[in-house]
Amino acid sequence: MSLQSLDIVSRSATTTPSPSVRTTLEIAKLIDVSSCIGCKACQTACMEWNDVQEEVGQNAGSFDNPKDLSDKSWTVMKFYEVEPAGKLEWLIRKDGCMHCTDPGCLKACPAPGAIVQYANGIVDFQSEHCIGCGYCVAGCPFDIPRISKQDSKAYKCTLCSDRVAVGMEPACVKSCPTGAISFGSKEDVRQHAEQRVTDLKSRGFQNAGLYDPQGVGGTHVMYVLQHADRPELVALPKDPAISPLVSVWKGLTKPLALLAIGAAALGSFFHYIKVGRNEAEKPEVTDKVET
Amino acid sequence: MASLAPTFGRGAMTNNWVDIKNADLILMMGGNAAEAHPCGFKWVTEAKARNQARVIVVDPRFTRSAAVADYYVPIRSGSDIAFLGGVIHYLLSHDKIHLEYVKAYTDVSFIVREDFGFADGLFTGYDPEKRRYSKDTWMYELGSDGYVNTDPSLQHPRCVFNLMKQHYARYTPEVVSAITGSPKSDFLQTCEMIASTAGADRTMTILYALGWTQHSQGSQIIRAAAMVQLLLGNIGQPGGGMNALRGHSNIQGLTDLGLLSNMLPGYLTLPSEKEADYAGYIKKRTLLPLRPNQMSYWQNYPKFHVSLMKAWYGAKATADNHWGYDWLPKVDRVHDVLDVFEQMHQGKMTGYICQGFNPLASFPNKKKVGEALAKLKFLVVIDPLSTETSEFWRNHGQHNDVNPSRIQTEVFRLPSTCFAEEDGSLTNSARWIQWHWHGAAPPGEAKNDMEIMAGIFLRMRAAYEKEGGAVPEPILNLTWNHLIPDSPSAEELAREFSGRALTDVTDPKDPQQVLVKSGEQLDTFAHLRDDGSTAAGCWLFTGAWSSKGNLMARRDPADPSGLGISPGWAYTWPANRRLLYNRASADPSGKPWNERRKYLAWNGQKWTGPDVPDFKADSPPEDGMGPFIMNPEGVARFFAVDKMSEGPFPEHYEPVESPLSVNPLHPNSSMARFNPAARIFPGDLAQMATSKEFPYVGTTYRLSEHFHFWSKHARLNAVLQPEQFVEIGEELANEHGIRNGDRVKVSSKRGFIRAVAVVTKRIRALDVQNTKVHHIGIPIHFGFKGLTQPGFLSNTLTPYVGDANTQTPEFKTFLVNVEKDQ
Repeated sequence: MSLQSLDIVSRSATTTPSPSVRTTLEIAKLIDVSSCIGCKACQTACMEWNDVQEEVGQNAGSFDNPKDLSDKSWTVMKFYEVEPAGKLEWLIRKDGCMHCTDPGCLKACPAPGAIVQYANGIVDFQSEHCIGCGYCVAGCPFDIPRISKQDSKAYKCTLCSDRVAVGMEPACVKSCPTGAISFGSKEDVRQHAEQRVTDLKSRGFQNAGLYDPQGVGGTHVMYVLQHADRPELVALPKDPAISPLVSVWKGLTKPLALLAIGAAALGSFFHYIKVGRNEAEKPEVTDKVET
Repeated sequence: MASLAPTFGRGAMTNNWVDIKNADLILMMGGNAAEAHPCGFKWVTEAKARNQARVIVVDPRFTRSAAVADYYVPIRSGSDIAFLGGVIHYLLSHDKIHLEYVKAYTDVSFIVREDFGFADGLFTGYDPEKRRYSKDTWMYELGSDGYVNTDPSLQHPRCVFNLMKQHYARYTPEVVSAITGSPKSDFLQTCEMIASTAGADRTMTILYALGWTQHSQGSQIIRAAAMVQLLLGNIGQPGGGMNALRGHSNIQGLTDLGLLSNMLPGYLTLPSEKEADYAGYIKKRTLLPLRPNQMSYWQNYPKFHVSLMKAWYGAKATADNHWGYDWLPKVDRVHDVLDVFEQMHQGKMTGYICQGFNPLASFPNKKKVGEALAKLKFLVVIDPLSTETSEFWRNHGQHNDVNPSRIQTEVFRLPSTCFAEEDGSLTNSARWIQWHWHGAAPPGEAKNDMEIMAGIFLRMRAAYEKEGGAVPEPILNLTWNHLIPDSPSAEELAREFSGRALTDVTDPKDPQQVLVKSGEQLDTFAHLRDDGSTAAGCWLFTGAWSSKGNLMARRDPADPSGLGISPGWAYTWPANRRLLYNRASADPSGKPWNERRKYLAWNGQKWTGPDVPDFKADSPPEDGMGPFIMNPEGVARFFAVDKMSEGPFPEHYEPVESPLSVNPLHPNSSMARFNPAARIFPGDLAQMATSKEFPYVGTTYRLSEHFHFWSKHARLNAVLQPEQFVEIGEELANEHGIRNGDRVKVSSKRGFIRAVAVVTKRIRALDVQNTKVHHIGIPIHFGFKGLTQPGFLSNTLTPYVGDANTQTPEFKTFLVNVEKDQ
């Protein structure tokens, strides 16, 4: 992979046109559920590269640890014991942002520039612009973004946009010991997926296939599934689409809401003039683990 | 390793990690490579992609390996010999063996002594009092020429082939299924898949690990699998082999360097107390060929031994004092860890130096280990981490409920470096000796192990010099030629184990020809001499630091043959050979069995191929030298003669703690219920349960997220797997009203632990002898130190019994009960 431009093609709550002079390769990450051994090296690499350290939690009766995505766990392995053909299978799926071509989070976001989409397909959160409203959570058909209790901002996988920008693969891809996660141009990745699907069919998985849902315009994180006809086996929506509420918000209520936000801003301004600024208490961060 | 050496001659993975990609079929049994060896597992993925390889997993649990396998078969823990014996029976009775290979490269035609026999589950020579065999009858019939009598037509009733056939005739699919709980159809399907690799076209590799070794009959399980591979002709072949995946990054190095109580470096052995005489010691180990024209490489034993003694004692070791033979300890018995802690428990030990391991967590029956440590006067713990062992005396609530006021042991903690903070070599499963460099400076006062040991040694030497003492020579005469005596460097030690010439080494065929000049590093162990002119601390590693420098530090991945050899990557013992017994990759005439996997071939003058021949390079095929050059027979052994403790053929015995009250193969023989030679101390026998009290089979194992008891001290690992849990099948959980995430108490005759229940479909009840057997899975990694949630040590539950050959504890099978924790 060569260097990637970080031209932004889409920006939340913004009407200025995007740059369009440079051409950029569309990239994708492929997660082959059939080659995943659930080792969680990707989870570790993600936390290491992105400098986030999850708390040490508890076992909730499964191998899923941490048990769900969080502001500090941008990817987690989800384990599913299923018997689709009367035979036990243990399907292990790496959960995280799908980087939709038509991102519901970005569409829903009212904060200008808090969510951007790069020309290469990565959907990224620019946290300093995030107002913590949680609309991205409602807008996401995959239940990915998480609002941090620490700073009330939304977090999720960046597809290592910083690494990709300098020609490196995402940290999870680099760490995967079995090649279950691969990365490249969307076209190349699709070809690799085809080979994997052919192999799986030779092993009796007649409905093996690629998960690249068109309801969100396709995604830049795709899955090879043993049972592509039943993505719900690994808790993936069969036909994901952006919630109609987001369209309502965009089309009808957004001007009203913007008006309300403007009024609130005005109110704050007068508050500042009359009362002075609010002193926020610094959140207390403790590390309960180190004793 | 105590099973591969008696079979093939060397105790190590026969092939290598990368070679797994050449396999057509991969059997994972007694191991869970995806979880315990995730990085090496990439080669399984590679084999699936390159050769459309199929993967079979046989395991009591549906593991993460099973998740990516083509075929999964459940099996009752500890019944693997029944399963593999059944495979042997299937291959023999369906004529699915590689006959030409078997005839040429194994002992099938060898005649066994007439007085050898097997009845009621016991081989000849058993002494029930000592629980030990006298193995005189487990031997071949020798002719007047000193060679073994053979019958190449395989008609003789006492040839190994017919004895083996007869022995395994009892292992029918019905018997196998009734013992193992593996459904008969699954078993037969597995046999069929395995049988597809008989012959030259296809190969199967077997990947196994502690799931086979940690049984009271672990070594024999591995031997049974080795026999399957020999019948199929899969040893010495790319994509074949018996691939022992080691449980620690350097545990292969540990055995190579002889860190076992009865071993010396390079698989040389310590003399026993009956061997006061040097000549007798050497003669017994200088093995002469048992068949004509065989290499019998241990004929060179004296060269390796003398070179070792010269490395250790330098000029003080002379021909006159038999190279310091008297300074070697003469062992009375095997002082393995079980024996040592038994002695400690009996109050017979004063002090214990515990370097780089955590016995309170790692050994069976935590209560006994804790009691033993409490009887010591002093305990020295050398470790980078604050281990449970170093705090065995401290009360950690229910997790370590001891009374410190009643423990007088003085504990010294010496903080050491971890692997990433030091230079040195690690030897992996594939025998690659790889050099590594420190990545960070050690914290605080931590010193590396060499510095710590040097400190102890120099003070002891000074004390001996000053005060004298019994037998001071081994300490006083030890060479210590280090630039900084207090801190020997890894480079110095590596040069020493690789070896050098002390005087000019000349060619025996032409004494005028100097092969190695005095003082130079040796390139090969072929240059070692028994006249004191060479020194090598581990003959097997000779050449690792050669005249060309540190070959362990090489990092050239080039693999021109595409067979995964990469001869320029690090250094592999022996002599940089990447695939052991590779002569067997060609047929007796020297032509490769399979052109697709052409490895070694005779070109009319010598053996050629991409790897170093594991053979005499110029021995023509017509001389009939066998590929198993370490064995005096020249061939691999189905019949292990006297090399194993419990018999020349593997036989199914029950685990010491078994859900069955008899061995179904020998219902009337109480002595043959469990391994008649297993390591058991009298006091521990009373701590063995029956299935009436403890009805379920407990089995312990590792998880991908953790490495033994170390990684719980690392934050991210602790995040990924934060708390002790046990796995319980849905059916059993329902019976006890246990729901997923409930807290449960799991108990054995030796204690209990509390943990979170993971209720799963992946452990299913097995039908064994018409009764239901349930397994409870118990991961090992948790404890009362570290960043994970404080918990119990799982070895609170495990029994203090061991394998008859290696004394490895039976961590994989024992009896437990489970209840919902109130």
